[in-house]
Amino acid sequence: MNAILPWTIHFALACFALAMICALIRLLRGPAAQDRILALDTLYINGMLSILMLGISSGSTLYFDIALLIALFGFVGSTAMAKFLLRGEVIEP
Amino acid sequence: MSIANLPLWAALPAALLLVCSGLLTLLGSLGLLRLKSFDARIHAPTMGNTLGAGCVLLASMLTSSALAERLVIHELLITVFILISSPVTTMLLMRAAIFRPRD
Repeated sequence: MNAILPWTIHFALACFALAMICALIRLLRGPAAQDRILALDTLYINGMLSILMLGISSGSTLYFDIALLIALFGFVGSTAMAKFLLRGEVIEP
Repeated sequence: MSIANLPLWAALPAALLLVCSGLLTLLGSLGLLRLKSFDARIHAPTMGNTLGAGCVLLASMLTSSALAERLVIHELLITVFILISSPVTTMLLMRAAIFRPRD
């Protein structure tokens, strides 16, 4: 009936792909290590949003679990790398 | 019932939210690419992280509720998790950037 939602899903997917390319360029040429970690943080959030978009377009609940796992492990990775930059080790004795 | 024949009361707000979220996230990542210093750069992606993700999750909640014809709010879990975890990462990164020697 109304084809507005599939079109907007494609539009938002294109936006997220462009955003991921921007973050990837910053990841590759960031001058300091904290720039690269920030770019990686943005990259995983954008990937998670793209997967949620696929979940909306297919109507399946399987993509939700994948997105939750990406959010969880992305947070752990970013925090571990930021902690390593801050203190020189991740888990302190 | 598939995504193409959702009722209009669910499809229209979801489409609006998806367009908003795509533009916000793209703007945030463009800011990450274009801004000059790290202190300015750390502000830009937070827009996509919080507002963009919130809009997508709200749209997902809306469409899955309309598809299942009952209230589906398990996407709230991701929203709460991002709302908790994003400031922690940003705070640690800023502290690392402050305390690291400039080179």
